[in-house]
Amino acid sequence: MPTDLTLEHLCKSYPQTTGGLFPVLEDVCLHVEKGAFVTVLGGNGYGKSTLLRIISGMEQPTQGRILLNGQAVRQRLGRVGLVSQEVDLLPWRTTLDNVAFGLELRGMPQAKREHLASAYLRAFGLEKFSACYPRELSGGMRQKVAIARTLVTAPDIILMDEPFSALDYQTRTSLQCFLLQLWAKLRETIVFVTHDVEEAVFLSDYIVLLSPIPAHVVEIIPVPLARPRVRSAAATAALCRQVLEKYGSSSCVDNDEMRRAL
Amino acid sequence: MRLLRWVGLLAGLMLWQGLCSAGIVGSAMLASPAQVCAGLWELAVRGMPPEFLLHKHVLHSLLLVGTGFLGALFTGVPLGLLLGGSRSARAVLEPVFEFFRPVPPLAWIPLSVLWLGIGFKSAVFIIFLGAFFPILVNTCSGVRNVSAGCIGVAEVLGASRRDIWLKVLLPASLPSILAGVRISMGIAWMTLVAAEFTGVQQGYGLGYMIMTARDLQRLDMIMAGMAVIGLIGLAIEHCLGRIARYLLRWR
Ligand SMILES: Nc1ncnc2c1ncn2[C@@H]1O[C@H](COP(=O)(O)OP(=O)(O)OP(=O)(O)O)[C@@H](O)[C@H]1O
Ligand SMILES: [Mg+2]
Repeated sequence: MPTDLTLEHLCKSYPQTTGGLFPVLEDVCLHVEKGAFVTVLGGNGYGKSTLLRIISGMEQPTQGRILLNGQAVRQRLGRVGLVSQEVDLLPWRTTLDNVAFGLELRGMPQAKREHLASAYLRAFGLEKFSACYPRELSGGMRQKVAIARTLVTAPDIILMDEPFSALDYQTRTSLQCFLLQLWAKLRETIVFVTHDVEEAVFLSDYIVLLSPIPAHVVEIIPVPLARPRVRSAAATAALCRQVLEKYGSSSCVDNDEMRRAL
Repeated sequence: MRLLRWVGLLAGLMLWQGLCSAGIVGSAMLASPAQVCAGLWELAVRGMPPEFLLHKHVLHSLLLVGTGFLGALFTGVPLGLLLGGSRSARAVLEPVFEFFRPVPPLAWIPLSVLWLGIGFKSAVFIIFLGAFFPILVNTCSGVRNVSAGCIGVAEVLGASRRDIWLKVLLPASLPSILAGVRISMGIAWMTLVAAEFTGVQQGYGLGYMIMTARDLQRLDMIMAGMAVIGLIGLAIEHCLGRIARYLLRWR
């Protein structure tokens, strides 16, 4: 069931080895409506993965609340799906068993979960590999399996942490299209993290621009492009340029500062 | 390549037979392959001591090693999991284990005879001690090296503590556990002969058989006994390798 997500004044700091606290998130506020596809845009080390780990429930924020459908939920593990940055299939499980893992944890009987997992593999074009182990799959295929494993459990919200950033251009663009097709069918709420402006513009309803660390939301940029979108369209390119300007200005080290430093 | 493996073995045997036949090495020092074969035959049909047949010695030794080894397996794996998974358990137990680990199993013989008497229990205890630590240490390090990613996946999917133990930590550390199992089995088998020197009441066991042959100065039988121990060890290692390859086919 699609769910809306609200982040209220999220703060997160990590204790440092040298002592003291290292603030990563500072007052992140965001509201994502039911069924929206949102991208979070920010560079390396901006706290994007940290943000998703917190939303998923793997970590708790130092301050702030996370609301699902308007209710604060502390125990989010098992309700929020996460496709993480590193592909993390369980290497001792076949493709089918990896996809069925979440269902197994929920106690679904074997025949039923394998039936359901097979249906997803078919939809993902992976049915031929259902008996293969992860080492026998290519990077793109593994990423698809990880996505299938998340979707098959029908989570309230799907978080994706740069799922395509390690893939080549062809695979990346085709998986982007594939993801949009899936989303058009399932209408799940998706929060998709990326550092790639083009990807953000192509995929999402709006873009949440993060500041460098300690991260907060700088701007929410709507993407008013009709779907299905065309990468090469003039409007797409124009919007990319526009976003890139804002994104670039938030991330570039000041020229004078650079000159002084070097 | 397969052929080459036999060439070395055959050449060694021929050299051995040659040395003995030519009288370069005296028969009081080394029995020839032919004599060893004859000794083996005698062990099998007449027995040493008489009526104590070879296959019964073998079965008895296998029972000893099997019991000691299974004991080590069923205590070492759970304890290793506990030690690897819980920091406080590690803090309490690691110093204890680290203290006992360097003590050779054979140094325990006097104590074990005192506690358990001469015989089966004592021998099993010595074998157990030899087999226990490699399994414990390998299981522990296996668990500690499980990637945070694998655990995170299960957590996000809503896994219980129990599921994380059984469906992530255990399978993920299986390669390490199996490596420990193979080392343990080797040590258990090697400890066997010494363990049987602690005395065996029923008069069975390969170690006991060799000691009896020594008392009677039957060099051929001593060496036949050694060959049997070597061959069985090889067979066990081969079987464990097969099992490991099957269980780790995902690698
Ligand atoms: N467990 C942790 N302990 C201490 N510091 C951490 C921890 N996790 C993240 N950090 C710090 O938080 C900051 C943000 O890390 P994070 O992984 O969230 O960035 P990111 O935006 O995902 O970067 P990337 O694009 O490289 O994936 C980094 O400076 C990192 O050093
Ligand atoms: Mg990251």
